[in-house]
Amino acid sequence: MTDATSQTGRSGAQPRKSLHVTDARTRRRNAAEARFRFYGAAAIAVSILALVILLTSVLGNGLGAFRQTFITMPVALDATVLDKSGTGDIEVMKKVTTIGYAKVIEKALATALAEKGIATDGLTAKQISGLLSQEAAANLRNQVLADPALVGQTVDVKLLANGRVDGFFKGRVTMDSAKLDSNISPEQLELALKMREAGLMSLSFNPGFLFGGDASELRPEAAGLGVAILGSAYMMLIVLVLALPIGVAASIYLEEFAPKNKWTDLIEVNISNLAAVPSIVFGILGLAIFINFMGLPQSAPIVGGLVLTLMTLPTIIIATRAALKAVPPSIRDAALGVGASKMQAITHHVLPLAMPGILTGTIIGLAQALGETAPLLLIGMVAFVREFPDAPPEGFFDPASALPVQVYNFTQRADPAFVERASGAIIVLLVFLLLMNAVAILLRRRFERRW
Amino acid sequence: MNDMRIADRTVSSDTAKMTARGVQVYYGENHALKDVDIDILGGTVTAFIGPSGCGKSTFLRCLNRMNDTVSIARVLGEIKLDGEDIYDKSVDPVTLRARVGMVFQKPNPFPKSIYDNVAYGPKIHGLTKSKAELDQVVETSLKKAALWNEVKDRLHAPGTGLSGGQQQRLCIARAIATSPEVLLMDEPCSALDPIATAQVEELIDELRSQFSVVIVTHSMQQAARVSQRTAFFHLGHLVEYGETGQIFTNPQDPRTESYITGRIG
Ligand SMILES: Nc1ncnc2c1ncn2[C@@H]1O[C@H](COP(=O)(O)OP(=O)(O)OP(=O)(O)O)[C@@H](O)[C@H]1O
Ligand SMILES: [Mg+2]
Repeated sequence: MTDATSQTGRSGAQPRKSLHVTDARTRRRNAAEARFRFYGAAAIAVSILALVILLTSVLGNGLGAFRQTFITMPVALDATVLDKSGTGDIEVMKKVTTIGYAKVIEKALATALAEKGIATDGLTAKQISGLLSQEAAANLRNQVLADPALVGQTVDVKLLANGRVDGFFKGRVTMDSAKLDSNISPEQLELALKMREAGLMSLSFNPGFLFGGDASELRPEAAGLGVAILGSAYMMLIVLVLALPIGVAASIYLEEFAPKNKWTDLIEVNISNLAAVPSIVFGILGLAIFINFMGLPQSAPIVGGLVLTLMTLPTIIIATRAALKAVPPSIRDAALGVGASKMQAITHHVLPLAMPGILTGTIIGLAQALGETAPLLLIGMVAFVREFPDAPPEGFFDPASALPVQVYNFTQRADPAFVERASGAIIVLLVFLLLMNAVAILLRRRFERRW
Repeated sequence: MNDMRIADRTVSSDTAKMTARGVQVYYGENHALKDVDIDILGGTVTAFIGPSGCGKSTFLRCLNRMNDTVSIARVLGEIKLDGEDIYDKSVDPVTLRARVGMVFQKPNPFPKSIYDNVAYGPKIHGLTKSKAELDQVVETSLKKAALWNEVKDRLHAPGTGLSGGQQQRLCIARAIATSPEVLLMDEPCSALDPIATAQVEELIDELRSQFSVVIVTHSMQQAARVSQRTAFFHLGHLVEYGETGQIFTNPQDPRTESYITGRIG
């Protein structure tokens, strides 16, 4: 009471202030607010700048990987070389190695050059065929073995050009650098230029980058991400199938059923700690348990998937528990009040409301797992794998690669052409992450619309 | 308090629907309810009144074992429904709650459609055999809760989109859709305007013919208007319990008198 009277007394004594004049206190407060807003805006500007720089560098380096230099020409598939028995028997045809095909291609290239009237003086036959990738013969062989009826015909084929030639068209290789390069000479590059003018050589979309397997150090032009994409997809499948139900069930138990005591507190603390454990530790764990103890194969998606599941579980559990906690208790009371059992209250009312949060958590966890590299290195996913794994479930046990490991792998190689491949792989990885986030947003919308 | 209309006090049955003997409730160390003995009669509206924090809601929640969901709550003593101990080990609280329904202080409709809100109880208890029957139950429940006219054209709109008072009536409809034997209402009218309150009170009076109703209220006028019996709680004790007319006109305990004349609370 005394307070109130003294206050009225004070305000009565003071001259009335105009609303149009701000006092020092208000000015300071407004200045602090303006400063804070400026800091916020500056922070966002910096992050956007960083993102733009990152994206331009990755896109600038990596988009080239999706386009590749091809040599397109008619190739006479000589039956006398490719199918000596003349029976079309696939087993016999398989005996012809890539060397046989290389000869066929060499001949076809010479013919094509002659037809277009391109002079090849001063270049050896080896140098001319050196414009082609070493992978070209293998690709042609696969094509023919897939369709033996082609033998004896002259077909138009698209063959990979050598990585240096490709680099030349993409600006990576110059006449000057070619002088010092044992793999390519300026004369060869001039021939390549003429071939391009004649329409024999061109840059076009390269499906092999997305769907092909990895290739050796000497054939960057043939290296693809197919095995890595498939391996990553298998692992994500395993993570999703294992981590989502286990994580959600664990969270429901901890949040809704478990008694609150020392033990559950301990479990809770440990789950939070697990989320902060460096991922490489999970790799060591996986190596010790799944490979050394359980004897699962190395480099297999099953092991990678299990390790990533362990890594993702805490993330999912924490997100799910937060989502369950956010559901107002009055909803549970309402359900119990009309005689629903605890389980019914949870499945009918709590879970649907928590679903957006659970999905977001799961997808964040999956995205983390998709980009995870360190634990996979420890369980041997870093091995060079060319062969595609089989279809699941057997395929889970076949050696495979993973996208982030493939990026790492590419960056380890000497040929600068792999820099482009690595950036290309990063783009693919980013696209997958964006897709997953888009799915998360879509699912969230769907569930939220059901209020 | 002269304006109170003391309704006709005919109690339709003297049989005790629920009996409580020596009920104690502890929240951890806090002794919230001390030695409560009460008989809730069938076909009667019983009002619980008392100052805030005296344990009205706590006792109400004992009657359908909603206190089970509060991990620190401990209930001692004996509560019987039709002579059967509801805290017996063999009792499934879920079946108990189907027979003893509850309307909460704060309206808490499910974030589903109006129809689904009301149909939920009958659905999980398998009370109806066909969609038509379910529709019928939903309609009669909404009608009884005096909400039908307002929502009949938007049964599939979200229940959370209704006004606070409409939501509370929706919750009442939801509770009566399972046809409980006892209906517990914790300040059902605290969010309602006078007209809706009058409608709910009318509804409570109608419900009396089918269920026992227990209503917690802070409005003494409301207690006087709707109830036949009144229990006055104070600091965890059941101070006085008797016919509403007697409690309001001739309280035996000085604390009751102080409360209803506005001196405590
Ligand atoms: N979940 C709980 N945990 C701990 N203490 C509780 C809990 N619920 C109620 N209490 C305590 O029990 C006592 C009685 O509370 P209760 O909710 O029954 O009061 P009330 O009579 O319903 O009051 P109001 O009229 O304000 O609703 C209070 O002291 C309160 O602090
Ligand atoms: Mg209360």
